[in-house]
Amino acid sequence: MRSAPPIFLALGFLAAASSPIAEEPDLFGGEFPLSGYLYMGDQVRALQDDEFQNPGLFAVEFGEELWSTPTGGKGLSCQSCHEEASDSMRSVAATYPQFDEELGSLVNLEARINEMLTAYMDAPAFPQESDELLSLTAFVTFQSRGIPIGVDISGEAERYWQEGHEFYTQRRGQLNLACNQCHDDLAGFNLRGDRISQGHVNGFPVYRLMWNSMGSRHRMFRWCNWAVRAEPYELGSREYLSLELYLAWRSNGLPIEAPAVRP
Amino acid sequence: MTKVRTRLSLPPIVQKGEIFEVKTLVTHPMDNGFMFSRDGQRIPRHIINRFEASFNGALVFRADWHEAVSPNPFMSFHASVQESGKFDFRWYDDDGTIHTASAEIEVA
Repeated sequence: MRSAPPIFLALGFLAAASSPIAEEPDLFGGEFPLSGYLYMGDQVRALQDDEFQNPGLFAVEFGEELWSTPTGGKGLSCQSCHEEASDSMRSVAATYPQFDEELGSLVNLEARINEMLTAYMDAPAFPQESDELLSLTAFVTFQSRGIPIGVDISGEAERYWQEGHEFYTQRRGQLNLACNQCHDDLAGFNLRGDRISQGHVNGFPVYRLMWNSMGSRHRMFRWCNWAVRAEPYELGSREYLSLELYLAWRSNGLPIEAPAVRP
Repeated sequence: MTKVRTRLSLPPIVQKGEIFEVKTLVTHPMDNGFMFSRDGQRIPRHIINRFEASFNGALVFRADWHEAVSPNPFMSFHASVQESGKFDFRWYDDDGTIHTASAEIEVA
């Protein structure tokens, strides 16, 4: 369950091996990738690690109820076909977003859940950022806790990866900032009261203290765009899906920590 | 979450007179009534205003909560028991509902 501390300890050990003083890895771009967990303060880390207090686990609980509750015209639940999530959903979240041949587009986990609901269960799709969709996503992602992200960018997906890369390096907004200017070049430094992380997506869906609620990757993208005073794109838009693929690829190898707590 | 959820943590078995910690958590937005939504409307106050814990029917712990309490309030206190029994927890919501949870405890 507690995936984060072992990583932190492992990395800490590596750093300690090279330099006896350093207890933590080099947060200033010396090592890559590093989870956003390492860029948080002790109190937020403690909140994420505490299974009793981590508010994201309430979403996982709710997601578990949704998983086993029959819904839609066919009276099916997720469990009817997928059975035990701890087996069938293990490591699934680590491979999203992925290119779907039948749909001919990139799908992320949220889109896949909604596709399952409408195509196979005859049920209405959950609205974007609804408690239901976030909770079910959190529950499915939770089954992959500790498994390293490993998205595939070969074939059709490469096109999206390229778009995502362009998005990531494109200056935007009134502040005229590109994602990489902070998350690649200035990770570890302070931006007002916050410490800039490398911008990895291994903790999503996250419980964000600023929002007092859960949020998806796309909600975070919207927030990021808003923060540089750019016009945000729609949730689930092609721009954000491509960016999500690029960022997930960038996080390849980082163990999933969902549901993470972020300031 | 749409539904209020509670979480409890206390040891299932204790020694007679042993002091142990009872931890409780409830999910609640705790809207303090001073915030405004995006369209400029005041979000009405909606908090849990009282927390009570009783053991075998007798009140053992009570707290009045106000607007400054954070969302998803966490409350812990210490207790000791002389006999086996049941802890009942009640959270009094502004909207009149009472959220409840209970846990059995056994004296070894």
